[in-house]
Amino acid sequence: MPETSYIASVLAIGFAITFALRAVPFAVLEPLRHSRFVTTMAAWMPAGILAILAVSTLSDSVGTSVTSRLAAASAVAVTVAVHLLSGRRTLWSVGTGTLVYIVAVNLG
Amino acid sequence: MTPSRRAEVAAGVQASLAAGLGMYPIGIAFGLLVVQAGLPWWVAPALSVSVYAGSLELLLIGMITTATPLATIALTTLLVNFRHVFYAFTFPLRVVRNRFARIYSMYALIDEAFAVTAANPHGWTAWRLLALQMSLQTYWVGGGLTGVAIGSLLPIRLEGLEFALCALFVTLTLDACRTKSELPSLLLAAASFSFARLVVPGEALFVGLVVFVASLVARYVLVGPPEPTDA
Repeated sequence: MPETSYIASVLAIGFAITFALRAVPFAVLEPLRHSRFVTTMAAWMPAGILAILAVSTLSDSVGTSVTSRLAAASAVAVTVAVHLLSGRRTLWSVGTGTLVYIVAVNLG
Repeated sequence: MTPSRRAEVAAGVQASLAAGLGMYPIGIAFGLLVVQAGLPWWVAPALSVSVYAGSLELLLIGMITTATPLATIALTTLLVNFRHVFYAFTFPLRVVRNRFARIYSMYALIDEAFAVTAANPHGWTAWRLLALQMSLQTYWVGGGLTGVAIGSLLPIRLEGLEFALCALFVTLTLDACRTKSELPSLLLAAASFSFARLVVPGEALFVGLVVFVASLVARYVLVGPPEPTDA
């Protein structure tokens, strides 16, 4: 179990950085709005960062056994299919994908 | 409260319901994961009040459990939450005059609050906006507490529940890639993360994100910004 002081540091760091990212742009809105560099990065960054997080969390939750790899592959496929077919209703796609993974891992 | 204020608060709560339908169940999964990871129950509400950014909170459960260095946590927070910088362009904060209310409104500028105001850009008042944001935070903290309670009352380990975070990022990636113009970013991300996995397997997320951002800067310097679309 991690120490309480360590958890408190994580909470403080998470708060300070997240609040700054949300609040500072309101103070410096005008120069940011006209920066080609910043608006271009705004357009380019999200897809790639989210994809890296998806792959990273996938490799964290998947073990080395064939069963869990098959479970992960089918759960990702179901998540993608349900998301695109249900009109991007995140609750549905995350719910069914996770359910498929839980069932496959526990029965496999 | 005057009738018009009451109407504005009601409108804000009304606007929060659709997003809340997604946030409350994911909050329950978040609370369950905190208990399953062996962390104290109060970590769930503490994260949801201090950090208050769902996908990062889910990531932090795993990072806290494995005692990840604080520098890695800081960089991950910076990169995962960096998208919030761009919400200020359109978020209707200008309608909020009270100083403390403004601070709360900026603090509670989560993806869902941005999405709701971006989808309905007009008609916002201070009471409506704050009612929206406070409702959203209530769903999220309430979901986490519900999950913690369920996890403590039913001490069965549900193996595979952590896949919810992966599934969430898969859907967010799909939502971020609606056009072919995202393909170069995806390829650079794939290359950056593969490189990091090979070279520094223990710190692949940290190094992968840094290499990806560096590759975007290089792309900007070499190729320049995309052509403005006049169509």
